[in-house]
Amino acid sequence: MKAVRTKPRPKRTPPKVPANWNPNIVVFACNWCSYAGADTAGVSRIQHQPHFRMIRVMCSGRIQPGFVLRAFERGADGVLVSGCHFGDCHYISGNERAVEQFEKTKNVVTLLGLEEARIRLEWISAAEGARFAQVINEFTDQVRKLGPSPLAGNGRAKE
Amino acid sequence: MVELAQVATKTKAWACYDCGKCTATCPISRIGGAYSPRRHVLATNLRQQEEVSRNGTVYACLTCSLCDQRCPAEVGYTQLVQKLRELSFREGTEPECPHGGALQSVMRMMAKGGLQQDRLNWLTDDLKTEPEKGEVFYWTGCTMYYDAFFSEFEAASLEGTKAAIRLMNKLGVAPVVSANERCCGHDLLWNGDRKNFEALARQNVKLVAESGAELLVISCAECLRTWKVDYAPLFDGKPPRMVHITEFLVEHLPELELQPNGRRRATFQDPCRLGRHLGIYDPPRKALTAVPGIELAEMSRSGPRAMCCAGGTWSNCDRFAKQIQVGRLREARATGAEVLVTACPKCQIHFRCAMKDPNLKGEIEIEMRDVAEVVAEGLSR
Repeated sequence: MKAVRTKPRPKRTPPKVPANWNPNIVVFACNWCSYAGADTAGVSRIQHQPHFRMIRVMCSGRIQPGFVLRAFERGADGVLVSGCHFGDCHYISGNERAVEQFEKTKNVVTLLGLEEARIRLEWISAAEGARFAQVINEFTDQVRKLGPSPLAGNGRAKE
Repeated sequence: MVELAQVATKTKAWACYDCGKCTATCPISRIGGAYSPRRHVLATNLRQQEEVSRNGTVYACLTCSLCDQRCPAEVGYTQLVQKLRELSFREGTEPECPHGGALQSVMRMMAKGGLQQDRLNWLTDDLKTEPEKGEVFYWTGCTMYYDAFFSEFEAASLEGTKAAIRLMNKLGVAPVVSANERCCGHDLLWNGDRKNFEALARQNVKLVAESGAELLVISCAECLRTWKVDYAPLFDGKPPRMVHITEFLVEHLPELELQPNGRRRATFQDPCRLGRHLGIYDPPRKALTAVPGIELAEMSRSGPRAMCCAGGTWSNCDRFAKQIQVGRLREARATGAEVLVTACPKCQIHFRCAMKDPNLKGEIEIEMRDVAEVVAEGLSR
């Protein structure tokens, strides 16, 4: 049973978003659909915002909470997880596992006090170049509005 | 080299006379793990840094402290391992976390700071707490993170936390439960990352000092060990009195007016941090048996001989750990107890995980509860 919240969510004073600031976004993409979708966007010369680094994995089901959390730990402002549409997974049900892992990640991220809007799960097929560009643009704008992550800094966490 | 010499002096490793009792006792060595505590002690004495760091074997230790109990020369092996891991970590050897390093990332993010955690979303109005200042501070530990992260094991670590607050409320105490608490850093310290551990420790010591609390009540066995032992050099002035929740309860048993809760036979898993590390064996048993009707059925190895849950520091989950857990659960079942009670959220997580084994399920499954939960069930409603 989920407890009914009776205490208000603590508010972090939103940081001032610096002028001309661009977010640092990490995109995890599966080899078979989303990464190929990004390729399609490229060969079709669809313009989109370039403020992300892409990490290719064999299946979205591989993207465990540790990956996303480490990206935040090292200063990412947003993390996008993408994979094949349901029913299209190259490994049949890897993307179903991705949903489970993503839900878990989201719960931990919100406990830490990072905004939920800093992470996103999207299905992008290999043919959907235009959709890839649209998702990237939307997500980049969304994260830009939130401003820098409180953990952003010199890349790696201070050691 | 110089550092190994210091470590050898500090942990009395030099006193080792090579009898091998540690390796003969070690739960990992006994079930065939390629691991020997004695080898590490010898390597330390011979200043063989390479031998110590090789293949990360130093991370195979469960840090359960069973060998410390047996060592006739009183070598502090567990303390030695803590130091050796620090040296290895500095050289770039990290343990292989079975959870992809997620929990370590969470801890390091807390250490880095700048976050306003939303860690108290489970706190409902029936639980009376103070946000900042008070005489008693209740340390929740990271149970809310464990419940979120280990959802597939139906981890219910938070239930123990809530029960502890209910029990304290019954005694007329509304403890401070802070939204600014951070991980105690236990796992980072035992992974060798002293820098981030100290960052966390300093923040936490400051938080409790600022609350004005004179008594710090802790449920989690690991947090308690960390506060009592590893934070000791960091206190400025007089530290608060630190007690385990069961120690606190035992001081006030009559006032709890415990009623029978329907449970009859329980067995207790001594967490290594609470038992062998801190010597707290009786309070959890006294609290448990204070509930009328509950009879304690001890496992064949209990108290200082208790077997570890085999996963103390998010660094050693493998087939050996599973074998140890299955063996321990069989022991628990053999007592005829209906519930396996413990006082450490990690014991619960690891045993619940082991119970998921589809082939052994029927043989090892047993209900698991935190000691505070079972005692709180005895509160009149």
